[in-house]
Amino acid sequence: MKISEIQSLEQFTCVQDQYTDAELTTGYTSDLLSDVMGNADEGSVLITIQAHKNTVAVSSLAGVAAIIICNDRSVPDDMLAAAADEGLAVFQTSENQFNTSALVAQHIGGCPAA
Amino acid sequence: MSEERAQPLQSSLRVQELIYGLRISEVMTSKVFAVSRNCTMRDVQTIMKNNSITGVPVVDNKRVVGIVTMNDLMNALERGSMEESVIQWMVGEVQTLAEDMPLSFAISAFGKFPFRQFPVVNKKNELTGILTFRNINHALIRELSRQLRDMEQRHEHPPEPNSLTLSKVYQLSRYDFENGGKASSEIKKFLKSRGVPPKVIRRVAVASYELEINLVAHSNGGMLGFDITEDRVKISSHDRGPGIEDIEKAMTQGFSTANEWIRSQGFGAGMGLPNVKRVSDEFAIESAMGMGTMVKSIISLKPEKEHED
Repeated sequence: MKISEIQSLEQFTCVQDQYTDAELTTGYTSDLLSDVMGNADEGSVLITIQAHKNTVAVSSLAGVAAIIICNDRSVPDDMLAAAADEGLAVFQTSENQFNTSALVAQHIGGCPAA
Repeated sequence: MSEERAQPLQSSLRVQELIYGLRISEVMTSKVFAVSRNCTMRDVQTIMKNNSITGVPVVDNKRVVGIVTMNDLMNALERGSMEESVIQWMVGEVQTLAEDMPLSFAISAFGKFPFRQFPVVNKKNELTGILTFRNINHALIRELSRQLRDMEQRHEHPPEPNSLTLSKVYQLSRYDFENGGKASSEIKKFLKSRGVPPKVIRRVAVASYELEINLVAHSNGGMLGFDITEDRVKISSHDRGPGIEDIEKAMTQGFSTANEWIRSQGFGAGMGLPNVKRVSDEFAIESAMGMGTMVKSIISLKPEKEHED
């Protein structure tokens, strides 16, 4: 699925839309930044409740292409500004991490672990 | 007014970083004047006077058991006790330094303790040298002149404009999460501009970012140095303490001493150092309580040395 396709799903609101559209082949769900840094795949979508500027720094270094903030956590302005600088898409959802992961998995062609 | 604190000159940071990385044994005075337990304060006075030194270690079978400083000598002189044994006047609890420690640890020790000299010992705890401020000044001057020579050479033979060489040192302060990550991001951009494969850049970014965050989250401040050549990226991190109590634990996934606030910033998962080690081709860590921690990570840029990730 493309990043822009997340935008078209009703569960997600795009809060930072200055990004270059790319194909997402996998995702990573975690709230621990070192874990994301060490294990997230290049070009994946990050599913997290960690709405913080540091999340953008880690995502950009790890090559994460888009961030989804779950549970309707508010996204601080400095995080949005940093994401815009890096060209990273940021979405917000009221769903939790489990449901969001399941939803994303459906759209990327099923659960990779199945 | 900009809130950003002005960073010191790159060249001065470089010199600082270079001397931090030296071993105490490379800088200390190896010719040490020591006395044994049965020597008198008069003997010490003669040694100090003849060699213009201000501290004389007391040894027993090469082990340091005390130190007599100028201060002790004055006290003995005042009391007319110059013929008494050094045992009566020496300071018994001596802080020694290990000769293979990085100089950064010694510099912290000078800041932490009131002593003006430290006896240096080897692995067998035998006295092998003495370290004073003067030794550090000499090392500083040596590295300064080396740095100047390098600068002159670079001036005469400037490197190719797009060459894959870079030396850069960043200073990081405790809890400055605002700036933690800047160094890694700059280095990543540099490597990308030089066409280094993304997989390798990722490894450099992981090592560099974790070390950067460690300095910000866990140390009293320190510096992160990058030395990049065609063959490899060398990252070295030096801090001013507090030191790691148990390195083996710190290298275990999931172990963390991070407080709630650090965790609220998304850190403290206990994966930092293990992550650095995993992506490095060469990795080394040294730490001493109260003095500091030094981490070195080397990542090869040569394609033949494929790293299994």
